[in-house]
Amino acid sequence: MTAQATTPSAAAHAGGSYLEHGRGLRSWLLTFDHKRIGLMYLGAIVLFVLLGGVFALALRLNLWSPGGGLVSNDAYNKLFTLHGAVMIFLFVIPGIPAALGNFVVPLQLGAKDLAFPRVNLLSFWLFVGGAIFFVGTLVVGGIDTGWTLYPPYSLEESRGLGILLALSGVFLLGFSSILTGVNFIATIHRMRAPGMGWFDLPLFLWALYATGIIQIIATPVLGITVALGFMERVFHLGLFMPEYGGDPVLFQHFFWFYSHPAVYIMILPAMGIVSEVVSVFSRKPIFGYRFIAMSSIAIAVIGFLVWGHHMFVSGQSAWASLIFSFLTLLVAIPSAIKTFNWLATMYKGAIVLATPMIYVLTFFAIFGVGGLTGLFLGTLATDVPLHDTYFVVAHFHFVMVGAVMTAFLAGLHYWWPKMTGRMYDERIGSLSAWVTFLGFNLTFIPQFFAGVAGMPRRYATYAAQFTGHNRLSTLGAFILASGLLVALYGLLASLRTGRRAPANPWGAASLEWSAASPPSFHNFDEDPRGVRPYDFGGLVHVSDEAGWVREGAR
Amino acid sequence: MSTPGGSPYLAVQFRDMEAQTETGKLGVWLFLGSEILFFGGLFTAYAVYRANHPELFRYAHFFLDWRLGMLNTFVLVSSSLSAAWAVRCAQLGQRKGLRTTLLVTLALAATFLVVKYFEYSHKLHNGIGWGPHCHPSEELLASLPEAARALAVPAHLGTFFSIYYLMTGLHGIHVLVGMGLFGWLLRRLPTFGPDHYGAVDGVALYWHLVDLIWIFLFPLFYLI
Repeated sequence: MTAQATTPSAAAHAGGSYLEHGRGLRSWLLTFDHKRIGLMYLGAIVLFVLLGGVFALALRLNLWSPGGGLVSNDAYNKLFTLHGAVMIFLFVIPGIPAALGNFVVPLQLGAKDLAFPRVNLLSFWLFVGGAIFFVGTLVVGGIDTGWTLYPPYSLEESRGLGILLALSGVFLLGFSSILTGVNFIATIHRMRAPGMGWFDLPLFLWALYATGIIQIIATPVLGITVALGFMERVFHLGLFMPEYGGDPVLFQHFFWFYSHPAVYIMILPAMGIVSEVVSVFSRKPIFGYRFIAMSSIAIAVIGFLVWGHHMFVSGQSAWASLIFSFLTLLVAIPSAIKTFNWLATMYKGAIVLATPMIYVLTFFAIFGVGGLTGLFLGTLATDVPLHDTYFVVAHFHFVMVGAVMTAFLAGLHYWWPKMTGRMYDERIGSLSAWVTFLGFNLTFIPQFFAGVAGMPRRYATYAAQFTGHNRLSTLGAFILASGLLVALYGLLASLRTGRRAPANPWGAASLEWSAASPPSFHNFDEDPRGVRPYDFGGLVHVSDEAGWVREGAR
Repeated sequence: MSTPGGSPYLAVQFRDMEAQTETGKLGVWLFLGSEILFFGGLFTAYAVYRANHPELFRYAHFFLDWRLGMLNTFVLVSSSLSAAWAVRCAQLGQRKGLRTTLLVTLALAATFLVVKYFEYSHKLHNGIGWGPHCHPSEELLASLPEAARALAVPAHLGTFFSIYYLMTGLHGIHVLVGMGLFGWLLRRLPTFGPDHYGAVDGVALYWHLVDLIWIFLFPLFYLI
């Protein structure tokens, strides 16, 4: 260990932290500093969560009574499309890698920055550009195709300008994601601190490495797909539209070749955060390090071979469906390996119920349900009746919202002291975690039951028998939203009133905690050497102000 | 370790120029992997439509002149040679040689696009557009070989040409981008030398990929 561990925060305030390094708007908007770019992503992403959340609440309000009526059916279709598109493309996919990953990756490696800081800034502005196109879609009247943009419906002449803007937006966002993946993989390969081997990487980095593979291999296929969709709509090429001689199922194959691996772009970084937090707050080395690391890679690889399970009812061949079904169930193995290793990490640990840990515990519950219900949908025979019902809606919200959002919040609270130099209020943080958990389950558990009973997704109205399910769900959505607002309030309030964070407030062992909170512009004052990221031996708690220090540190 | 190794081109996050060059190269390779998948979507579309409509592809190839394709293949392969040569010049610090090889590469790239322009304009003048805009003119049909004239013009001939224009067009855009990159290298010429040649190397790698994609496009469209 280097000397920084023994001199918390002092170093930052002597040389000035990255937050004080350069002032004015320009020093942020054109910065190459991975930490500032991470914060800008974070700000943008929070805005889009709020936007997507408002859409969600409008949807839920409309579903309060069977006849709908709050908004027109047409507006409802646009609302669920934009809710899905904004949440997926502007929050869940970029959320953890681009916002938290950008900040944490070089710090965990002991590096001064990512390998390609300019590319990183370009990737941020591509994200902003893509987001502007999405907002433009709203301005010109929205789209009502569902986030999947399936032709022929989506590419008909009558869909208007909105669809072209949405396709352009997805194209730019895709390239933003690819460049982030390239940057992370090159950085993890080449910028590790001296003495840091592959199996000394914190598991968050293994997760982002696996994510990077998917971003580089899958995202370009989405890019070409939306580009082709755009051309089909403008030039009538005859690739996807039956009326010009095209094949709409080909679009579905292309789309899911990306969009299924994309769900692992969403969940793998979340799993990485869980691995960090569960070990630190159980005060025990992570159990089964290599299994967790390799299961990330396994999920990334298998994830490429399962896209057809989205198309069981598309008319693809029965043999294809059978094989896709089998391969899909394989994903359960590495996912379960991770889960059991996390639980084994907690076993006989000294568990600290700080906010990140509470979020992670709720993650286990939510991810467990989300994963197990995935088996019903991966199994060919049960998927056919469940397809396009609320069971599917509940399943993917459990994984993509429940699991990813709780892990995102766990990571955000965990690294918040490092990012801002301030401690958030534990009471507000844990309150938000429990309220979010309650609201989430109340929202989505009834949807499983409604789905099994046959309620189809994507309708503005429903049969009267589902009124109870939907009212519970709507109530839950508002509780969920208030939980998230409490979390937002707690974090923002800490910027003014939070006490100053020491370098290592949690007693964590990975390298980012040996930099000051917040880190200086070049992260470390001396070049750090690699450490064992889960070796907590010798770390002692000095005081709340001084945090944790390694005994006998030089 | 972290003291800048004397080179003014060393970015702060790297230990030395070697680490910087190697990392840059890895980044380019990763991006090229991504590029292959980007084209991969189009190759898949080609394969699917060829499998579903073999008669379309058989008929359409009468409209493509393999001699022009061959010429362009030759031009691009030569440009790959000069690009590789440019890397060697940069590594050896031969600025004059670097300038010459870059200019030759640029000229060959331009030649490729000129040939492509004549191919495109000939087709479009004779009514061969994409999708619904594909109605070969009478004189073009009359000029086809005997074997082709015996066949009826298949429905959705335009689908083939949609794929043709998309794939060669996207490739053409990559050639244009490559020309821009070679121009950028020429502007930065004085900075290159034995310890600072990463950019030349990266652009050349990209150029080889552009070449390689054409090597697949040529037989797929012109020969088989």
